[in-house]
Amino acid sequence: MQMDGGTALLKALEFEGVDLVFGYPGGAILPVYDSVIDAGLRHVLVRHEQGAGHMASGYAHATGRPGVVIVTSGPAATNIVTPLADAYLDSVPIVAITGQVPYGLIGTDAFQETDTTGITMSITKHNYLVSDPNDIPQVVHEAFHIATHGRPGPVLIDLPKNITDAMNPDSAMTWKDPIPVDLPGFQPVLDAKPEDITAAVDLMLAADRPVIYAGGGILKSRAANELRALAEKLNLPVVTTLMARGALPDSHELNLGMPGMHGNYTAVMAMQESDLLIALGSRFDDRVTGRLDGFAPEAKIIHVDIDPAELGKIRTPDVAIRGDAKRVIVAMLDEIGSKDAADHGAWRSTLSGWQENYPLAYEAAEPGGKLKPQMVLEKLRDLSPEDTIVASGVGQHQMWASQYWKFEHPYTWLNSGGLGTMGYSIPAAIGAKAGMPDRTVWAVDGDGCFQMTCQELITAAVEGIPIKVALLNNSFLGMVRQWQEMFYENRYSEVDLGQPAAGGNSPVPDYVKLSEAMGCVAFRVEDPDEVEAAIERANSINDRPVVVEFVTEAEENVYPMVPGGKTNSEVVVPPFQQKNVEQRGGA
Amino acid sequence: MKRSQIEETHTLAVFVENKAGVLARVAGLFARRGFNIESLAVAPVDDRFSRITIVVDAVSAPLDQIKKQLDKLIDVVTITELDAESSALREMVLVRLNVEDESNVAEVQALVDGFSGSVIRVRETQMMISLSSRPGDLDDLLEQLEPFGIEELQRTGAIAIPGIE
Repeated sequence: MQMDGGTALLKALEFEGVDLVFGYPGGAILPVYDSVIDAGLRHVLVRHEQGAGHMASGYAHATGRPGVVIVTSGPAATNIVTPLADAYLDSVPIVAITGQVPYGLIGTDAFQETDTTGITMSITKHNYLVSDPNDIPQVVHEAFHIATHGRPGPVLIDLPKNITDAMNPDSAMTWKDPIPVDLPGFQPVLDAKPEDITAAVDLMLAADRPVIYAGGGILKSRAANELRALAEKLNLPVVTTLMARGALPDSHELNLGMPGMHGNYTAVMAMQESDLLIALGSRFDDRVTGRLDGFAPEAKIIHVDIDPAELGKIRTPDVAIRGDAKRVIVAMLDEIGSKDAADHGAWRSTLSGWQENYPLAYEAAEPGGKLKPQMVLEKLRDLSPEDTIVASGVGQHQMWASQYWKFEHPYTWLNSGGLGTMGYSIPAAIGAKAGMPDRTVWAVDGDGCFQMTCQELITAAVEGIPIKVALLNNSFLGMVRQWQEMFYENRYSEVDLGQPAAGGNSPVPDYVKLSEAMGCVAFRVEDPDEVEAAIERANSINDRPVVVEFVTEAEENVYPMVPGGKTNSEVVVPPFQQKNVEQRGGA
Repeated sequence: MKRSQIEETHTLAVFVENKAGVLARVAGLFARRGFNIESLAVAPVDDRFSRITIVVDAVSAPLDQIKKQLDKLIDVVTITELDAESSALREMVLVRLNVEDESNVAEVQALVDGFSGSVIRVRETQMMISLSSRPGDLDDLLEQLEPFGIEELQRTGAIAIPGIE
């Protein structure tokens, strides 16, 4: 079938099953947008290209299908650098289509020319610069294959304008359905070697103080049920990293919660004191290990990852298993059969002792004091449907959300774990809601993050994607302020977001007015007694986006905390728990 | 220390798909992961594939991690570490000398003959020399040519394939 490259691109996307794309038009991508009009898919017009990237990411994580972004060349391509880097570090499958100047102008510093494939080489799993429109169907097919197979990740396709423009003879092409991919350099290994499974299971059966260290790979592999089966089979306590929240229900008795810099005491110490860490799709991130040379000193390591470069990158494993988490766990369960693990009774009682002495906790607000952010999140959790999808930005509110929400289902928690991208939550929530319109989607945001990407609330309002935003407004860049308080002698430098404009009295912006101007229902909550009613009101509005501004305690700190450069054994619990400190290390 | 005798080097034969930008992907990976390239030589072997020989400074990073990160590149098909002793390993050098006195020409000619190199051209006191041999031989020849006045030189970097058992 004869057609132009622009039409072929849309046909190729439809061939891959794409029914929703996030994008923004512009010069070099104009011909593609002409084809968007007649294509059988929904296009969500964002207000900034960065938003399109995070929406695609949120969509992908919530639905399990790859997210698609279409933007133009130059500044649009550089505007998606941040979400691509974000998706690369968090292994999210995205396919990004960028316009490029006509092929003959590449290298001439043409208008809106950037070396997009060069710029994105190190933050994509792979990228393409297409020169022949006949290649479009196969390149798109390969891009989706690469994005979604093995360790998922973003793939970018750069399309010069001359090959998409129906008015340019360069764009003439003959459509051929893509053929199965032939990529000799991309052959993910999914099944582990049987002898490695045996070696791993031997360690698991013999361990006295085992812990499963479950990472984001469990979710990518869609292995939540298998994780649970493995944990229950051998009574193995589980920690769920920031990227794995929801991989095991928080209500499950074996779930110790989140480890790491702001993990709860028991999860942090369980890893630290264990004699066997079973790392499943986790990557020994520095935010989890703390100071590496003091991390889990007595633990043997079983490390399972689909990406062999993770095995031994940070900590040398005793058993390294390259494979897909789900298939590896199934093989482990087969190998375990009816064998019994060693008795973990002493270990389990150590863990429950820690849980009793160091629960996640905060001090209630003084009478007449401002809202405690933790309290707001607990109420939000309790008053929202159990399968609510929560998307957070980056900072204190992210840690509180991860700590105080109770995740009962996989794929209900979206956040920027690896890159730590402020402003992630609103666009990610929009992407998730666009893909899962029947679910309640709450963006938990801070006032710093909100000001980075709030313009996407216009997208939400105009496109009819009714997300809800819980804006925890402490008038500070809270996490930076906390570090300045704890490690820079209270010298607050450029963290105060609560200042009035010159000549005014009230802090700017007025988030309620700002949100209303963008087409949202918005209200402010300052009184603790109004929190529940406000949340219930927000949950009852389903025809427009809602922003609830909670004015919170300005100088609340996130605890526990493992200070940067310290080992996990030096975890700092909140001041009111510090009297228990001598009971530490009871293992 | 002579450059080809630095102890902690490894020779990798990297088989890649012959696609636009593949060299940038490989070189960029080394740069951003902090791995040092000692030398790199690349050329197509057929219409679809190219072969790159990379000599890496393995002090900069564990070899295992270098190989695994390379293998993640979609266009990289295989990576083989070649044993320096048993592999066929060759490097070529072109040298232009100005020996100052024509009486030195014969002496240089004899020196080059001793390495089985070639004197490509002589014009008065200027000589053009080439040698294809093991990198250590290139080091030795260059050391001995040094006193005669090397004006310019270019080495190719090593290429290698596994030896015959």
